[in-house]
Amino acid sequence: MQTPVWSDVDIAQHQIPIIDTPFVSVGGGMGSLAMIDTLRIAGIPAESLTVLSDLGVPSQTYEYLANNSQIPREERLRSDSSSTIDCIWGWPGYALREAIAKRDPKPAIQVFAEPILTEYFTPQAGQVYESVRREAQRIGWERMLRRGVVRTVRRRREGGYFVIHTPSGETGTTQGRIAYRCHHVHVAVGYPGVRMLPDLQAYLTKHNDYARVVNAYQPHLHVYEEALKRPCTIVIRGAGIVASRILQRLIDDRDLGNANTRIVHLFRSYPDGPQGESLTFRRPARRGWAYQAFNYPKAAWGGQLRVQLEQLEGEERSKLIDDMGGTNTAPRADWKEQLDRGNAEGFYQQLVGTLSSIQPSGNGIETTIQQPSGAVATLEADFIIDATGLEAGIEEHRVLRDLVDYGGAQKNPKGRLDVERDFLVRGTESGTGRMYASGSITLGGYYAGVDSFLGLHYAALRIADSLAENGFGSKIGPVRSATQWWKWARNIPI
Amino acid sequence: MTPTLFGRIQTRVVMILVLGFPWTVVITPFLPNPDSASLDDQYITMFTALLVVGVVGVGWECVYHGLQQFRWEKDWPTIFGLVVALPEGILTYLILNAGAPWDRRPRPGSFDPGSIPLSTFVPMFLTVWIIIWAFTNGPMQIFSLRWRFRGGRFDSNW
Repeated sequence: MQTPVWSDVDIAQHQIPIIDTPFVSVGGGMGSLAMIDTLRIAGIPAESLTVLSDLGVPSQTYEYLANNSQIPREERLRSDSSSTIDCIWGWPGYALREAIAKRDPKPAIQVFAEPILTEYFTPQAGQVYESVRREAQRIGWERMLRRGVVRTVRRRREGGYFVIHTPSGETGTTQGRIAYRCHHVHVAVGYPGVRMLPDLQAYLTKHNDYARVVNAYQPHLHVYEEALKRPCTIVIRGAGIVASRILQRLIDDRDLGNANTRIVHLFRSYPDGPQGESLTFRRPARRGWAYQAFNYPKAAWGGQLRVQLEQLEGEERSKLIDDMGGTNTAPRADWKEQLDRGNAEGFYQQLVGTLSSIQPSGNGIETTIQQPSGAVATLEADFIIDATGLEAGIEEHRVLRDLVDYGGAQKNPKGRLDVERDFLVRGTESGTGRMYASGSITLGGYYAGVDSFLGLHYAALRIADSLAENGFGSKIGPVRSATQWWKWARNIPI
Repeated sequence: MTPTLFGRIQTRVVMILVLGFPWTVVITPFLPNPDSASLDDQYITMFTALLVVGVVGVGWECVYHGLQQFRWEKDWPTIFGLVVALPEGILTYLILNAGAPWDRRPRPGSFDPGSIPLSTFVPMFLTVWIIIWAFTNGPMQIFSLRWRFRGGRFDSNW
């Protein structure tokens, strides 16, 4: 099986049953939902679409990661009101819907005045999950979903692809293999995994201490529980949105739960003053945090920055993505107030530097911090929370690694899957069959906001248009768009 | 919204044609007519106003695009879309009242350049503005899925 192209005979010789389907989406999360939703709305019947996934509902992984990073259902995500993952039209946005549901004009007023008179409106996580459940049901998700684990996607000699899938049984166990023989494939497997900073990873490997050194995206509730019971010193690393949420949780526990937590926040870089090379490309930064409403400036999703990025190649493109994004968090007044207060009262302390050593010490950890000035500080801590992100490489995902090894896929300057402007995975064409990818695995391509609800819709629309040009379905025009929206608005199944 | 310059201009022109024009047809007979002008004169004046908003608007869009460059997000907040009605309305009225270059013929006693009633102009201008503003801030996407990704352009290029 270690060949880049398989024929029908190869599959038959291995006695793998074949199921024919025109289109497969691998992943079954938010990326697959955006893709399948768009194709269903474009008029492709559910019978022509297959979703291969180990997830029961599309929002499952998202909710798991959000919960771990301390965004439970009632808290708000970092997402625009019109980035409605359940509605490809983006209107009505989450703000208007919340205003109607709660009979409270505040969210609607906020979205009208944002970001000039108010902060940006952002939706509650629970509202998003609920909307996903409703839309998945409406488009017949259950009929298209095949639960199990995808092993491999390979090109088929006669054109198209084989997707090898191990179905999960009723008990959740996986067994056997099925080959889905399809014409087009969409890969949206999400984050290949979490990766700790190298120094923390080294500590974990050496001491096998997964209780005291934790990643913010992995379950770590025990840290907060412990901090509520006794005074703890907790080291936070990272200065992005997740670090902000973790800090909020810790300080909320101090304010509301009488925790006596001391927080040491370790920065690798410490911006303090506007970032950017010119008056027309400058964002605020203060006390270690770079501030912007979303991961990228808004125009990266659909304005002049999208156009600009689309015209760049290689390292230049990668650099613009970094300049627009990089480590940043949202400017929320309540967060700033907590940190300023923590700073004044001494329970929140900032340090700049790297960890030069981490050692177990009694019930805690002894860390040595190398500061840029050359000074060395020693710190006894109870926990270290790594909130630096989900930066794992695509090699850590078996399907993606296989695509690079055998499927003809290449890596872009950021080490992710190299895709065209329409999210075609370069080098993987198979006869008239096409493979597309969307989501975080395509970061570094011609679109910056790939890892966002709106970015998933953008990718889905580009892919659907590209498929239509290749003869699969037709482009959604104004009339179809409007009539389908009317069905969506009335929640009429399609 | 996150418009590009070309997207701004396209959106303005299309919206004036698709929403502004029919709305002006409908509302003009119901506007205040203090000088008892003929319906013809009212229509000529109101369509001239619409034309001024379209033509002079291209210049305004260049100004807005320039201002947008100083915003990190490179966006145009919803509220800006309303606030700019003030300077645009004032300039439109001044041009209309001075006599647009293509419309200087005297209409004695009624809707003559120099005596265009504000009570007629303001409701027309504001209603057109609010309708277009409200439509482009949401319902537009029902009909044009790609519009928000294309910075406000309607042409078929991604």
